[in-house]
Amino acid sequence: MKFSTVMSPHLQPVNSVDRVMLQVLLALIPGIAAMTWFFGIGVLINIALAVVVALLAEASILGLRGRPIGSTLKDLSAVVTAVLLAISLPVIAPWWITVVGILFAIVIAKHLYGGLGYNPFNPAMAGYVLLLVSFPMQMTAWLAPIELGSVALNEVDWLKLIFLEQLPANIEFDAITMATPLDSVRTQLGLGRSVPEIKTDSVFGLLAGKGWEWVAGGYLIGGLWLMWRKIIGWQIPVGLLLGLGLFASICYAIDNNQFAAPSFHLVAGATMLGAFFIATDPVTAATSVNGRLIYGLLIGSLVYIIRVWGGYPDAMAFAVLLANLTAPAIDYFTRPRVFGQKA
Amino acid sequence: MLKTWRFHGGLRLPAHKNLSAHRPIVNAELPKQLTYPLQQRPGVQLKATVAPGDTVLRGQIIADSDHFLATPLHAASSGTVKSIEDRIIPHPSGLSDPCIIIDTDGHDEALPPEPVEDYRLEPAATLRSKIRQAGIVGLGGAAFPTSIKLNPGPQRHIDTLILNGAECEPYITCDNVLMQAEPDAIVQGALILMHALQVGDGIIAVEDHMTEAFQALSAAIEQSRDRRLTVVKIPALYPTGGEKQLIRVVTGKETPSGGIPADVGVICQNVGTAAAVYNAICRGLPLTERVVTVTGQGLKQQQNMRARIGTPISDLINQCGGYQDSVERLIMGGPMMGFALPEDDIPIVKATNCILAAAGSEVATSKETRPCIRCGDCAKACPVDLLPQQLYWHSRAGNLEKCKEFSLFDCIECGCCEVVCPSQIPLVQYYRAAKSKTIAKAKEAEKAAIAKRRHDFLLERKAREQAERAERSRRKKEALAKLKAAETATEGAE
Ligand code: SF4
Ligand code: SF4
Repeated sequence: MKFSTVMSPHLQPVNSVDRVMLQVLLALIPGIAAMTWFFGIGVLINIALAVVVALLAEASILGLRGRPIGSTLKDLSAVVTAVLLAISLPVIAPWWITVVGILFAIVIAKHLYGGLGYNPFNPAMAGYVLLLVSFPMQMTAWLAPIELGSVALNEVDWLKLIFLEQLPANIEFDAITMATPLDSVRTQLGLGRSVPEIKTDSVFGLLAGKGWEWVAGGYLIGGLWLMWRKIIGWQIPVGLLLGLGLFASICYAIDNNQFAAPSFHLVAGATMLGAFFIATDPVTAATSVNGRLIYGLLIGSLVYIIRVWGGYPDAMAFAVLLANLTAPAIDYFTRPRVFGQKA
Repeated sequence: MLKTWRFHGGLRLPAHKNLSAHRPIVNAELPKQLTYPLQQRPGVQLKATVAPGDTVLRGQIIADSDHFLATPLHAASSGTVKSIEDRIIPHPSGLSDPCIIIDTDGHDEALPPEPVEDYRLEPAATLRSKIRQAGIVGLGGAAFPTSIKLNPGPQRHIDTLILNGAECEPYITCDNVLMQAEPDAIVQGALILMHALQVGDGIIAVEDHMTEAFQALSAAIEQSRDRRLTVVKIPALYPTGGEKQLIRVVTGKETPSGGIPADVGVICQNVGTAAAVYNAICRGLPLTERVVTVTGQGLKQQQNMRARIGTPISDLINQCGGYQDSVERLIMGGPMMGFALPEDDIPIVKATNCILAAAGSEVATSKETRPCIRCGDCAKACPVDLLPQQLYWHSRAGNLEKCKEFSLFDCIECGCCEVVCPSQIPLVQYYRAAKSKTIAKAKEAEKAAIAKRRHDFLLERKAREQAERAERSRRKKEALAKLKAAETATEGAE
């Protein structure tokens, strides 16, 4: 009897990129659910729009590059990028914001560098930063969470708001938007109020912003699940939260009027999403185990520094992109000692 | 309980051992024909000591060579040498090579055995030569001559013998069942090896799930009343049966990169090898049979078989009820490091520990290879603490210098990195290719160096000859001139 000869190992691979990406998407569900609950179904509309645009963009560019389209789209990496960018955007961002961001992320940040695996910068964050720099107004107009008595919009209102940039006749734009907790801490501090005073404002809940806390909790749960499933290691999330928490604790200990509590920073803004879903993007992170801890610490510290002293209220995207730049160097300095070789 | 140590990485693989682990060893039928490849290891070619038409007895040497890595080959049963001809040999290349073919006569007559009375009275050198004459090589799969391993040279001090009973590859159970069936032979073999090495410590390492083997060996040691030998259970973690990994786990020592176990005072032998040593020394029987695990979902029945070396695989398969329809691949060795065979009319050799007839569902048939996503899972799994992903980039780019920098030659080709890679990249193939390219390049460089040396030598000789010639003619001229001068002087005086 004849057999085909293939080289060892013969054992089936235990993992696949498709499976990894799918689990990342599943792990995002609790956070997205919380976001939808507090901010309305605009979140889902943005996600759907982003995914469709991302898949179309990826398919066209694969076609142009003469690469297989169907099997590559199946890897779901474009979908993950799309979802991550969509949930980082303000819920009421008009459709073209999403489209521009996704096109930049997929076409420039990902495929111009050679596609999946070759991009030095996290595509979703590259898209986000481009938008933030180019359209600061749209990018900082956040919807007030439903808890704060914001107007409830129905499906049609949402579609009109996102695609036609129209609000229902009786509602003013200012009535539904408000500063994010991070934003308001920043501006109010600028106005000379102290942190304890600011925290009495209605936006704030137990730890951070009302509603925001729950969203962060959702990402935390999803992230822990990913860790448990061994899809992500603990090094980057723990490093990031530790770096951020440490910086925040030190400053808080020095002056709790000027600096918000570490608990606030850990929960506010994109901290949890960033720690578990964005900084952990393997392609653009450091690869060695120790390197990843350093990489996480670096991002956490950068987030704090930019939040407190930088020009933007939230800083995850900038911090991640900066850390992306350092990944090769971190890898170089954290090379493990080969078995049987001298250190 | 002895302390054990850890090595980096490794994988807990699905064991699939129950297919064959708890069945008695079945004696395979005597085959009609035995086949013996003359190429023993790459580069070690034996010379036949028999010719077509010769009758041979079991245990008779049929091929040997004076290459220092060669061991003699013995006929595994009596019969007539039919021919010496090219057959497909069990080698990853799947190429044909000269083989001795013996038609068995069914009488299975053997040469009279020549056991050693008391091995304790024999010097190490005698035992080594007897072990070599018995054709014993490592039966764990590497087939390295045991007699060579037993002679690490005077500059290395050996203190520990480790018997490898850790069958870390999935499916394989031949050592496990042998430990259960012949613990005394293994223990006695270990004591002989310890005597030959003059070491005071012997450790038999078995995986923690091998309870029966552990008990059987413990009882055998108890009976031997030799306190220098112990059995230890070690965690089942692939590739803990790799020599350097096993030494690390059992002794905590790290064999230096590029070095051998003897550098850290350890000699490793497989448990089956120890039993073969016992049979050779105490029973006078050369190595002509071994236990082979014949397994896989692609077979009707899975079992461990004691088979004559040289038996066609197809014979063993038939005795297992034949293939299932689902059979997809025929592998010699385990699913991690074994190699796929093109057909089953190929003989088992001394190194054959397992024949795996895998069903399509048991092996990777179509991989969906994607670009590396730099996830680092490969590095986490690598037992040698390499950076497989870096090695992949550089080997793919053909940058052999970089490969060397990232310690390509420390890679043991265990396949851990490839099995965990989510991008399903055939990493080990790249490493193998880069290794053979490096070796080919080194050979070429060596050849070029030799050619250059020869060329330089010729040039030098020419130059020297020229100089010598010039010198000679100069001296001649001088002498002539002197002569002339003398002549004119005498003429003038006259
Ligand atoms: S496991 Fe595969 S995808 Fe991950 S870093 Fe290694 S080679 Fe790349
Ligand atoms: S095959 Fe080589 S690189 Fe891969 S895990 Fe094994 S030793 Fe490491």
